[in-house]
Amino acid sequence: MTIKVQTENFDAGAEIAEISAKSTNIGGVCSFVGLVRDSDDNKSITAMTLEHYPGMTEKQLAKIEAEARARWPLDDSLIIHRYGRLEPGDQIVLVVTASAHRKAAFEACEFLIDWLKTKAPFWKSEETPDGTKWVDAKAADDAAADKWEE
Amino acid sequence: MKILYFAHFREKANIAEEDVDLPEGVADVTGLLNWLESRGEGYADAFADRDHIRVAVNQEHVEFDAAVKNGDEVAFFPPMTGG
Repeated sequence: MTIKVQTENFDAGAEIAEISAKSTNIGGVCSFVGLVRDSDDNKSITAMTLEHYPGMTEKQLAKIEAEARARWPLDDSLIIHRYGRLEPGDQIVLVVTASAHRKAAFEACEFLIDWLKTKAPFWKSEETPDGTKWVDAKAADDAAADKWEE
Repeated sequence: MKILYFAHFREKANIAEEDVDLPEGVADVTGLLNWLESRGEGYADAFADRDHIRVAVNQEHVEFDAAVKNGDEVAFFPPMTGG
């Protein structure tokens, strides 16, 4: 179980390879990479800056990861979330889950990204031709997180 | 008490963090917000829309009726937009 909050980029292939090699019990590895888009709601985005709450961020990600481990039989998991200024095409977040079977890996991966979007203290501001603006939380993201509530 | 301001709260209040002595009678988040609002236009502007304020006490997400006391770390921020 690893959590990293960093400004540096990451190598998803290398991270997946490292997790895959940890145990021969692992039968499936699922990953999600979030990227900066160049537009949102038809307005163009030239860059975005991610801010976070050092200390609380790591605690919240650890809680979310612990919740995933309680719900699915995971052999390993990884969350890397970047902060700072990023440009379209840049990687923002990596979630990797490893399990004996694919269903747990798929579901846990989706759960982790859904929950971290609304429960980990990160905030995005977007640079557009009209200026810089804080991104509003999206109802669709809340709905995606809520579907995992029991 | 240490107070942290994130995202547009930091910009409107024009401060990232500060140490304050709680005045007598301030015992919960709502009381703290009311007191902060009285400290200046920037704070009043930052906290005008209470529906969009999220708060953490000692790095745990809490509701507005949560207790606060000197020695706590309190953070104000908008709904999260990570991922």
